[in-house]
Amino acid sequence: MNTRWMRRSVDGVFITLTGFAALLILAMLAAILGNIVLHGWERLSFEFLFSAPRQGMTEGGIFPAIFGTLLVVLLMTLAGVPLGVAVAIYFSEYADRGSWLYRWSRQAVNNLAGVPSIVFGLFGLGFFVQFAGRGIDHALYGGRLTFGQPALIWAALTMAILTLPVVIVSVEEALRTVPQSLRDASSALGATRAQTIFRVVLPQAMSGVLTGGILAVGRGAGEVAPILFVGAAYFLPHLPSSLNDQFMHLGYHVFVLSTQSPDVEATKPLLYATVSVLLGLTFLLNLVAIAIRTRLRLAAAGNR
Amino acid sequence: MSATTQTPALPAVREQLALRRRADRWVQRLITLAAVVAISLIALIFMFVGRESLPVFFSEEIHKEVTLNTLFLPQNYGIPEAPLPYVWQPVSEVPKYSLMPLLLGTLKVTLVAMAFAAPLGILAAIFSTEFAPRWLRESIKPVIELLAGIPSVVLGFFALIVLASIIQDQFQFDFRLNAINAGIALGLAVVPIIFTISEDALSSVPRSYRNASAALGATPWQTAWRVVLPAALPGIFAGLVLGFGRAVGETMIVLMASGNAAITSWNFTESVRTLSASVAAELAEVVFGSAHYHVLFFIGTLLFVITFILNWIGTVTVARLRRRLAGADR
Repeated sequence: MNTRWMRRSVDGVFITLTGFAALLILAMLAAILGNIVLHGWERLSFEFLFSAPRQGMTEGGIFPAIFGTLLVVLLMTLAGVPLGVAVAIYFSEYADRGSWLYRWSRQAVNNLAGVPSIVFGLFGLGFFVQFAGRGIDHALYGGRLTFGQPALIWAALTMAILTLPVVIVSVEEALRTVPQSLRDASSALGATRAQTIFRVVLPQAMSGVLTGGILAVGRGAGEVAPILFVGAAYFLPHLPSSLNDQFMHLGYHVFVLSTQSPDVEATKPLLYATVSVLLGLTFLLNLVAIAIRTRLRLAAAGNR
Repeated sequence: MSATTQTPALPAVREQLALRRRADRWVQRLITLAAVVAISLIALIFMFVGRESLPVFFSEEIHKEVTLNTLFLPQNYGIPEAPLPYVWQPVSEVPKYSLMPLLLGTLKVTLVAMAFAAPLGILAAIFSTEFAPRWLRESIKPVIELLAGIPSVVLGFFALIVLASIIQDQFQFDFRLNAINAGIALGLAVVPIIFTISEDALSSVPRSYRNASAALGATPWQTAWRVVLPAALPGIFAGLVLGFGRAVGETMIVLMASGNAAITSWNFTESVRTLSASVAAELAEVVFGSAHYHVLFFIGTLLFVITFILNWIGTVTVARLRRRLAGADR
């Protein structure tokens, strides 16, 4: 009797401990969010969101940074999502699971997801700016420096590669929830494989494509390390107007403002407000993606 | 087909069918090409980052300033200002490129992050799969995914402005920004990875294991700790390996919260400079094609190779676990 009571209380202690660990993670998340929202709230205003910085970043707003961030992720999506969808279609519809191409490309995507973001920055500089950019300059502009420098387009393409695994995983997950019977029915009606995929399977998996795009945007909007050398600028008097312009970026803005400000206390309210905008943007996107994904998961459970 | 062979429209139909078949084949080719592109991207990354680090190995010109020996072995600079054998001081009259302080810094910060994140992530995963009621489990997972969605620059900001002050007030270390501060912030970025992969591994352990254990009279904790956890161990190991890889390569958090002083010591309360942070901080100001430039790309290649190996170990372990447990019945 006594040992049983002992065992039960030991059990209780350990189970409580695991619960405490889970609680601690949630509490830290809440503390971070709470701190940022609480401090960021007071400075947020319509003017802050829609005007340019003034007085060496201690006054005014962050519109150029918001604009630049949105522009980069938009271009990134245009470049990355189609490729990601194509790879996902290959994985789920075409690949022969035993083939070397399947195994290698699967491993490549897994590894791509693990490449440190700073290495993407080096790659962007070495490949896009210096190789592709200089190449274009020599071929089309007679060597005049046009694309061979840090630019919007190169940042967007670097980001597109960085977020590719995110897109692939989401789209593939969604493709897998499409019942096989739909594919069979489509082939039975005489549709070719391509017709089946583009007119039957893909429309069914549209939510997955959407989730993938949203998650990629959420990730891309927050990454700073890859764009450090590939086009982000601390301050620009004009909004970027062409693909080879530099741009301002929310995350980069936070980085510079918090590490290189001459007067930390003066910029603090502004900094907090900028962080809340960045956090609000990425969180909103993630929330939407998680909501779609949860619905998808439930639907998948229903199909089985 | 034989029924339609009599109709006059046959050539047109056949042509259309051939067209469709050709289109079908082209789509297949294009889609397969996408897989080839995925492979070539990772190869391109390695090639183009690696290419810029080649001079460190082979260029006579660069060897006047830096060789593999000066990167890794103790040096005697023969100057009273720098009596230390390992110094990272690329911008000075006599540039000193020892990677040792950076490697040590990376290791220190990563160890703190893992010591913080591993127990938290694993215990929380055990709670989620073994003890939490279903509704709670379904809400813990998305919330921790949300934590993964916090940009690292925001975590870095938080560690720099808030966490560092808290730690400073509590412990009065000599350096406000130190390995512990950066490590904890880094741990916050690693927790979701360890949690998610451990959670997957634990929940893929078949129900029959738990039932068998309970039938033998084990308590819920005994079942979780001695039956479920050992069965899922490879998956948890993979989570730790992938988390470690993320910590090694993470840049913005350590760049903002670690103080960035390249000190060679095992003291965790001193400022540290990591490999990734050095690249981020120095590349923008470096002379194109200089020894310093190539050394920074060498660091990038090193990071690529380290994380590549860790990732490979991680994914192989997960795949093996999945195969092993797939046969057992739920």
